[in-house]
Amino acid sequence: MTAEQAVSADGAPATIRAEGIGKRFGTVTALSDINIRVGQGEVLGLIGDNGAGKSTLIKILTGYHQPDEGQIFIHGEPVTLKSVVHARSLGIETVFQDLALINTLPVYMNLHLNREPTRGPFLRRHAMREQARRYLDDIGISIPSVNAEVANLSGGQRQAIAVARSVYSNAKILLLDEPLAAMGAKEGGIILDLIKMLRDRGDLSIIIIAHNYSQVFDVCDRVNLLQHGEITLDKKTSETSAEELLDIVAKEYRTGGKLAEGRGRYLAEIRDID
Amino acid sequence: MTEEQTKSSPPASNGGGGSNEVLVPARLRSAGFAGVGASLLRLRELSVIVVAVALFAYFSIHSPSGFLSQSNFGNIADFVSAWAIIAAGEVMLLVCGEIDLSAAMTYALTPIVMMSLHGNGLPLFVAFLIALLVAATVGLFNGLVTVFLGLPSFITTLGTLFLLHGITLKISGSNPMAAPTEGDFVRALGGWKWSEILWAIAIAITMQIVLTNTKWGAYTIATGANFVGAAEAGIKVRQIKIRAFLITAVFSGFAGMLDGIHITQSFDPNGDPNLMFTAVAASVIGGTALLGGSGTVIGALFGAALLGILQDGFNIIGLTATTFVVVEGAAIILAMVANTQLTRFRRGAKAA
Repeated sequence: MTAEQAVSADGAPATIRAEGIGKRFGTVTALSDINIRVGQGEVLGLIGDNGAGKSTLIKILTGYHQPDEGQIFIHGEPVTLKSVVHARSLGIETVFQDLALINTLPVYMNLHLNREPTRGPFLRRHAMREQARRYLDDIGISIPSVNAEVANLSGGQRQAIAVARSVYSNAKILLLDEPLAAMGAKEGGIILDLIKMLRDRGDLSIIIIAHNYSQVFDVCDRVNLLQHGEITLDKKTSETSAEELLDIVAKEYRTGGKLAEGRGRYLAEIRDID
Repeated sequence: MTEEQTKSSPPASNGGGGSNEVLVPARLRSAGFAGVGASLLRLRELSVIVVAVALFAYFSIHSPSGFLSQSNFGNIADFVSAWAIIAAGEVMLLVCGEIDLSAAMTYALTPIVMMSLHGNGLPLFVAFLIALLVAATVGLFNGLVTVFLGLPSFITTLGTLFLLHGITLKISGSNPMAAPTEGDFVRALGGWKWSEILWAIAIAITMQIVLTNTKWGAYTIATGANFVGAAEAGIKVRQIKIRAFLITAVFSGFAGMLDGIHITQSFDPNGDPNLMFTAVAASVIGGTALLGGSGTVIGALFGAALLGILQDGFNIIGLTATTFVVVEGAAIILAMVANTQLTRFRRGAKAA
C-alpha cells in the first residue's frame, strides 16, 4: 500500500479503495491487480471497451462477485462485501442501466420503495408526496409531477429518478453503470446535470462506468482507463484530455494489442451475466 | 350508448399501468378525496361502473316488470357475491403476475371438509375455522410450488384443480352434503338474505385498501411490474406471491361455504367449474391487467356486478343462458383490447 493510494488528494482516507483486485473465471483472467480509489466528493470515470472487465469490477464493488485476490477498504477499514444487500448496508448503491424502477407506480412511491413511512398499517401518502417533491426540487430534477407513473416519464427522467432513489437511501458511494446508454443529448444532459449537482454537494463518492468517455469526461474529476482487465491510465481530467484517451484506445486497436485475449474476457463477461 | 360513454373517458378501462394519476388535476387529488377515499374510486374503475349502471338502466326500462324489485336485487346479489369474493383474491394474484385456476375446487372442498368435521361432532364454528385453514394450506401449497419449484402458476394450479376435485369427491363419496340452516352463525354466513353480498362488498373494500394503501399492496404491484427490480430493492417478492395464493384460496373456500348455505342449501362436491373463469373475467373487465403490475379490486366487484346484471337481465327478458356465455366471452375480449389499445395510445401520446 503506497501513501498515494491510501489517501485522497485532500488528505482524508479514500471513501472506497480497492487494492490488488484479481478475478478469474475458470482459466480466463477477467481482472488482475486492479487498484482504484475514490475520495469523498470525487467523481471517478471508469472507462473501457466492452470486455475490458468493467462489469466484473462493478460486480465486485457491489458485493455480487467476491474477488479471488485483493482487498476492498471503506473509509480505510478493510471490508469483505458478502452480498449486494451487505454492500448496500455499507452505503454502496448501484444504478444499473436496466432500470430497477416500478413502471406502474408513481414517482413518489418509487423513491420510497421498501422504505415507506406508515401510520399503523397505512401508507402515509401525503408525507411521501411532500418529501419526494422537496427532495427532487432540492437536487434539481424536474418532472411534471411526483404523482406521475414512471412509465409516463422519458428515459432521461427515469434514469434521473433511479439515481435520485439511490442517493435518497443515504448512499455514500454511488456506482452508475452506463448512465447515458441509449440516450439523446438532451436526455443525457439531465443526468450529467444531476451528477454535477451531486458532486457539488460534496458528500458522495461517485464512480461512472462508461465506454464512451467523451460523454462523461466533463463531469469526472479523474479517469481510469480499463483495458484487458488492467488499469492502464489513472489521471486527473485536468491533466488529460478526451483526445489523449482516444489516442490510447485507438493505438490499442491499430496494433491489435491483446485483442484475442480481450475476446476471451468478453466471453467471460457474457458468462457471468448468465 | 355505453360505447360512447366509454370513449368519453379514455383512461378509464386502463389496466396496463395507466396515467390516471397524471390526468387528474393535483388539487382534486389532494383536496377533495384525500387519503383512503381517493383510492376507493379512481378513474380506472370508471368505465366498468358506467357500463354496469347503463346495463342496469337498460334492463330497468326494457325488461318486463320485476327487474326493479327487491327479490330480483337478491337474485343479482346471489350471482355476484361468490364471483366478487374470489375475484378479490384473483386480482391480488393477477397483479403480482400469477393466477389460481384451482379456486373453484377450493370452493367445493372447504364446505365438504366443514360438514364432515361437523358431522363428526365438532362445533360448526370450529369446523368452519379448520376448513378455512385447509383452504389456506391449499393456497400455501400453490404458492410454494410455484415460487420455489419455478412452475408457472397456470400449471401448478391446474394440477391442484384436479387434485382437489378428486379429494373432495373421495371425502363426500361423490354425494352432495346438506348445508346447516339454524343459528346466528349460519345466518351471518349466508343464511340471511343479504349477508353474502355484504361479505363480498366488505372484502372488496378491504382488499382495495390493502392494494392501494398498504406496503403489502405496493409490494404486490412492484412484484408484478418488475420482479427483479422489486427484489433488488429488498422486497420479499416470493413471500408476496405466496401471500396472494394464500388469500385467494381462503376467499375461495369462504365463498364456497357462503354459497352453499345461501343459495343451494347443499354443498356440491363438483363445485361450479365456471366460477373461477367468471371471477377472472370480472377482474379483467374491471380493469386488472392479466400481465401483472396493476389492478383494482373495486373494479373487479363492479365487473362481477356487470356480469350479474347481464345474466339476470337476460333471464328476465327471456334470453337463454347460452347467450350470456357468448356475451361474457365477447366482453372479456373487448375489455382486454380496450386495455392494451389505451395503453398504446397513451405511450404514443407521450412520445409525440
